[in-house]
Amino acid sequence: MLQFLVRRAVLALLVCLTVLMISFALTRLSGDLAVSIAGPNATAQDIETIRTNYGLDRPLPIQFVDWAAHAAEGDLGSSYLYHLPVAKLIADRMPITLTLGLTGLLIALVTAIPLGILAAMKEGSLLDKGIGAIALIGQAMPSFWLALVLIIWLGLKLQLLPISGVDEWQGYIMPGIVLAFSAIPALMRLTRTGMIDALSSDYIRTARAKGLSIASIVLKHALRNAAMPVVSVAAVQLGFMLGGSIVIEAVFALHGVGYLAWESISKNDFPVVQAVVLILALIYIALTLLADGLNAVLDPRLRAA
Amino acid sequence: MRRVSAALGGGIIAIVLLVAIFAPLLAPHDPYTQDLMLRMVPPEWMDGGSMAHPFGTDQLGRDYLSRLLYGARISMLIGVFTVITSGVIGITLGVMGGYFGGWTDDVMMFIITCRLSIPLILVALTVVALVGSSLTVVILTLGLLLWERFAVVSRTTTMQVRNLDYIAAARAAGASRLHIVLREVLPNIVTPLIVVATLEMALAILLEAALSFLGLGVPPPLPSWGLMIAEGKDYMFFSPWVIMIPGVALFVLVLGINLLGDGLRDILHTGRV
Repeated sequence: MLQFLVRRAVLALLVCLTVLMISFALTRLSGDLAVSIAGPNATAQDIETIRTNYGLDRPLPIQFVDWAAHAAEGDLGSSYLYHLPVAKLIADRMPITLTLGLTGLLIALVTAIPLGILAAMKEGSLLDKGIGAIALIGQAMPSFWLALVLIIWLGLKLQLLPISGVDEWQGYIMPGIVLAFSAIPALMRLTRTGMIDALSSDYIRTARAKGLSIASIVLKHALRNAAMPVVSVAAVQLGFMLGGSIVIEAVFALHGVGYLAWESISKNDFPVVQAVVLILALIYIALTLLADGLNAVLDPRLRAA
Repeated sequence: MRRVSAALGGGIIAIVLLVAIFAPLLAPHDPYTQDLMLRMVPPEWMDGGSMAHPFGTDQLGRDYLSRLLYGARISMLIGVFTVITSGVIGITLGVMGGYFGGWTDDVMMFIITCRLSIPLILVALTVVALVGSSLTVVILTLGLLLWERFAVVSRTTTMQVRNLDYIAAARAAGASRLHIVLREVLPNIVTPLIVVATLEMALAILLEAALSFLGLGVPPPLPSWGLMIAEGKDYMFFSPWVIMIPGVALFVLVLGINLLGDGLRDILHTGRV
């Protein structure tokens, strides 16, 4: 198991380095960053001032090494717009995005797992097909549109939930539902496939023969085996959700990291943009590493490898 | 059952494709002509609506049905060309990794891992913001980002066929590597890749809509469905139909593509992809 995890950790480290380079290169795509920052009405003098002030007149490799060295120490530079350290800006807003991501994951899991189990128990039935149809519909729903429809329906018509902001905890429910929608189909299908495999296996036949109750067979024996891929995919899905929360934060005016990134992109605040890309990528890498670790602990076959 | 869903999905796609091709013939008005005297006219079935503008008009008095019909062009262009771009990249990487194995495969897996760890929407938004928004930029950006499923699936399937007898026979007959990959490997892994193509096409269309909705996708005044929803957002509390009409169109098209993919998967017995 140790060898497996060390290999994964080395790979993760290499991926981190590459991502560091990509997030730096990304903001240099436009060619001349100083021109983008200065905006359309700037004079040649303004552009020159910005170039020297922000150190953009240095060769690219030096700029990169400088940024990377500081980033490794936790210093991500300062925002052009807020004149605050980027690390502080992101740290202040991360709780909102994390709460949103975890709310979304929780909603996705409590919806997807029971539906997946039901579909597996009645494989091929009308219920199974109905649940499959729900997955297809969930997959086809544009998240930002679903968000607007929920705002009109739950927020305005029924006045059940606040339509923007997170001053109260209820503010997380609607964005959480929308975020969960994107993860539910995959998690549900995975639970269903895993449960179908588990339910047709020998140890379940033995459990049935011993006369155990359906609940005990399904929840104690089959689910434990079916849950493994679900756990690791859930960790990865959380990574996708944090990255995708930018759209939902924009719709619900939640001032999390996604909103910060969106704002920074439209206002050419590149130190923030490259830092958010980097941080979200690092979180994703950490989550996949966690998923590998969980798998190694849960699955004795991997432990031996 | 599966054939029904594939047929239904295929039918929806065929209709949208026809609409996209014949939009100029079908549209009752020019989708760009503004009429500030006729702003936010409700659709025909609501009070105050008329057959002159069956789906009403938008905040600039443009005919909503015409914009919706022309919008099908944007979604189909994005879907088709993104899949072609990402398919070429992903299948090239995947087949190389799967066929050659060894360090080529390690490098391939590393590239896939890097791609997966990059936040998709955020990077796409940044690229479009920096390079400038246009249909071509959106297609290329999404194409350069959405190849990883093509790569993963073509890698696995290539590994499965690589050691089969007919490949060995071709090798023994002195066929070049390029010939083997193009003429022997590719035709035999194409079925699962068709299913991947439907998934990616659906994803590309949804992502374009999301980027345009956030103001960094297809630029106005192009009638992208995502952009129509963004422009209608300020009016949705009083006139919910402005976001319902393009939203339903988007949903139905993506559902159709997913239905086709799901049906094909079972008809072609490709297993999970």
